[in-house]
Amino acid sequence: MAVPPPDASAAVRKPREERESVVIRFAGDSGDGMQVAGMQFTNESALAGNDLSTLPDFPAEIRAPAGTLAGVSGFQLNFSSREVFTPGDDLDVLVAMNPAALKMNVGDLKPNGILIVDKEQFNEQNLKKAGAAANPLEDGSLAAYQLFCVDITKLTATTLRDTNLPARTVNRCKNFFALGVVSWLFQRPIEATENWIDQRFKKQPDLAAANKRVLRAGYNFGDTTEIFASAFEIKPARIAPGKYRNITGNTALAIGFVAAAQQAGRPLFLGSYPITPASDILHELATFKNFNVVTFQAEDEIAGVGSALGAAFGGAIAITTTSGPGMCLKAETINLAVSVELPLVICDIQRGGPSTGLPTKTEQADLLMAMYGRNSDSPVPIIAPSTPADCFFAALDAVRLAVKYMTPVIVLSDGYLANGAEPWLIPKVSDLPQFPVTFRTDPVGFFPYLRDEQTLSRPWVVPGTPNLEHRIGGLEKEYLSGNVSYVPSNHEQMVRVRARKIAGMVADIPPAEVQGPTSGDLLVVGWGSTYGAIAAAVKQAQEEGKSVSQLHLRYLNPLPANLGEVLKRFKKILVPEMNMGQLVRLLRAEYLVDAIGLNKIQGLPFKVSEITNRINRMLEARN
Amino acid sequence: MSTVAAPSKQQRKDYVTDQDVRWCPGCGDYAILAQVQKVMPELGVPRENIVFISGIGCSSRFPYYMNTYGFHSIHGRAPAIASGLKVARPDLSVWVVTGDGDGLSIGGNHLIHILRRNINVNILLFNNRIYGLTKGQYSPTSEQGKVTKSTPIGSPDYPFNPLSVALGTDATFVARTIDVEAKHLQETIRRAHEHQGTSFIEILQDYNLFNDGAFAGLTEKDTKAETQLVLEQGKPRIFGKNRDKGIRMSGGKLEVVGLSGGYSETDLVQHDETDPHLAFLLSTLPPAAFPTPVGVLRCVERTPYDEIVAEQMRKAVETQGPGDLATLLNRGDTWVVS
Repeated sequence: MAVPPPDASAAVRKPREERESVVIRFAGDSGDGMQVAGMQFTNESALAGNDLSTLPDFPAEIRAPAGTLAGVSGFQLNFSSREVFTPGDDLDVLVAMNPAALKMNVGDLKPNGILIVDKEQFNEQNLKKAGAAANPLEDGSLAAYQLFCVDITKLTATTLRDTNLPARTVNRCKNFFALGVVSWLFQRPIEATENWIDQRFKKQPDLAAANKRVLRAGYNFGDTTEIFASAFEIKPARIAPGKYRNITGNTALAIGFVAAAQQAGRPLFLGSYPITPASDILHELATFKNFNVVTFQAEDEIAGVGSALGAAFGGAIAITTTSGPGMCLKAETINLAVSVELPLVICDIQRGGPSTGLPTKTEQADLLMAMYGRNSDSPVPIIAPSTPADCFFAALDAVRLAVKYMTPVIVLSDGYLANGAEPWLIPKVSDLPQFPVTFRTDPVGFFPYLRDEQTLSRPWVVPGTPNLEHRIGGLEKEYLSGNVSYVPSNHEQMVRVRARKIAGMVADIPPAEVQGPTSGDLLVVGWGSTYGAIAAAVKQAQEEGKSVSQLHLRYLNPLPANLGEVLKRFKKILVPEMNMGQLVRLLRAEYLVDAIGLNKIQGLPFKVSEITNRINRMLEARN
Repeated sequence: MSTVAAPSKQQRKDYVTDQDVRWCPGCGDYAILAQVQKVMPELGVPRENIVFISGIGCSSRFPYYMNTYGFHSIHGRAPAIASGLKVARPDLSVWVVTGDGDGLSIGGNHLIHILRRNINVNILLFNNRIYGLTKGQYSPTSEQGKVTKSTPIGSPDYPFNPLSVALGTDATFVARTIDVEAKHLQETIRRAHEHQGTSFIEILQDYNLFNDGAFAGLTEKDTKAETQLVLEQGKPRIFGKNRDKGIRMSGGKLEVVGLSGGYSETDLVQHDETDPHLAFLLSTLPPAAFPTPVGVLRCVERTPYDEIVAEQMRKAVETQGPGDLATLLNRGDTWVVS
């Protein structure tokens, strides 16, 4: 049977209802392919010209028992004809593939929101696994929503009944039926998904054909059956012209480091130990060997950073990737890098803590550890990307600064940036900064700790350079020669010069830039992945005529030179953070300003509304 | 290790730094330093291509006294740092200097993994069976019951044997030598340098201050012929002042036999550096009943990790072409907004 193409050829077109933006979440068992469905819907929406932002939500268990609450996996997407800052607060649409997915997610669905469920999965067994006393499809508990019961499982099986595929395989195609239905509902082009299926199942053409048929069947089901009265139309967003791709924070970091090493003209060395949510950077970089990238999967976190430091000594662009628990283990080696003054980039993809905490959930509570979590006075520059795509530029920047100032640099990303995605205007290689590395080879007047007058950095001399043999180490060094020294005044001189070097990097970072009026009633200051939620909340307040501005800090050490002056131009300062208040502490200590924290520690990013509410309350209060 | 020939004749003094050597008087470290400085010029490696990396401990001061490139790192981590350096820079001759505390206690994990990976690095483990730098606590090689500052009524710890540990990781070169046996020490270092893969040398070392007589009787002129079993490839295992004793294999165990009492050299096992089982048996000989084996217990060929990595990179470029940044940035689904 020839499947009709999903276009306007249908005899009677259903009406189109225009929407500005939609927040949708696909939720199902972790074996249901919800991440795939979500990512393909994201691609379709990007190709439809919408601006967007995504957030996957994985269970910590790889495969919790099927149908249980612990096994629910979700993927959320906000797509719009306007600028999108976050994956969205509350859901306009929820696709729930089983009772557990419904139970875990329906609380986020807006009243009158669209709820699409796989009816057949609401059987006694699954209801029991989800701990549901009654069938929610029948007990009236979902009356507040537009409920669409679709026989996704059954219709998938019917579509593929003339194939010889085993029932288990057929069942695994059902995510594409759901994707087809939703693709029709929002009038997305599905050709890109079909191409993706062809690529994904290149070696199993029967599976490729089956998934494509199911996708089309879902699309046509939406188009032809009477279950949906109308489809929705979300017009393309007005976004800067150019070539785009979707990118997650982890991918952006990985290719950012490849780019950085190329721009530095040196090989890239990653020493790393697998840890959630940072492992994808290791996986990705392991595929770039033809870019002169070495990935060393070390025996532990300490060897991860240790091997990287060894590679840095040898002249490589050296990086290590980890999350909070790994940062704790790396502290001693980071401090050695501070002492021997070698370039090294440490990426901390923050997650909920303390200890093992919430491996798959996001948090930004490692800022003070990055600042202070090493013995003695040990200044380390810190860069925090603000969006998934910004991770690319953060990687470039971190390497640029590390090699210029001969210092370890910490990049603070988090689980939300790591796995979240957004469209990225692909930069031209010719527009990327270049910072070719030069090693010192001239023995005349050489001292291992002879400092550049401007940057205070010492020369990078790699083994293999004749007549510059020298020794470095973690013992305190004599100011110029680098020989071991216990002289009291020398130690103070060295501690101070190390601090001055990092503080002096302020000359190399842009000044703090306020979004909105540069003075007023309230300044909302953030760092890292809270950017989107703060930007959306501040924009909304500005549109309502409120005196609110935003300042987002990308450089947390050193802080921009003009920051103190900027802060003093506002009557109040609000600092939203996914921690107990870390940046707010730094700002209060550094600038003696009465900054107030807004703290969320749930392993989840801020909702725009949470920040909006606090903005309004602060503006309403007299003092 | 390096294929680049030394440009001119190097001498021992080229390897001496201007730093005062600050080990305790009489420490075995002096003897080891002297021999290493003596051997290095003879290896045919340009001085600038040699790197000494250490951890923390008395032995770890070693790089400061070697006029090569050097890195005095942190406690136990020298193998990790050396691994990264060697993989990033296969052209260098990389040496790790560690001790029984640094290498086997705090750094035990890194030690077993560098040995397992067979990265082309040479490891010198100075074993004095005590913590020297922290002034005399027992180490993982101190005998059980040892009275130290931290174990006033005797250590409850059972020690382990560095050679057995190394052999347990399937290391490709495992040897033992002694600080004061100058010639043997030099020869063992040479062998380690020639070996492609991780070379592990345990250097037994007397430490007069905190552990005097750690290896009593082993090196004294009048007893050492009886207490040392010098291993030589392909030769029967004979020892004794009059070369009158040998090690025989019997019932899967090693035993000492007298060559005058009915046994001849043909009854003895020839030393075979490629036999993992014999190597392990030798490493575990109880000191009271047997002489202490010194020499190369094991030496086998296996492609080093760093060579495999280099080959993978070469192949990647060969099959995929050199990486192109613009292609990388534009990978996957893209779309154009006009």
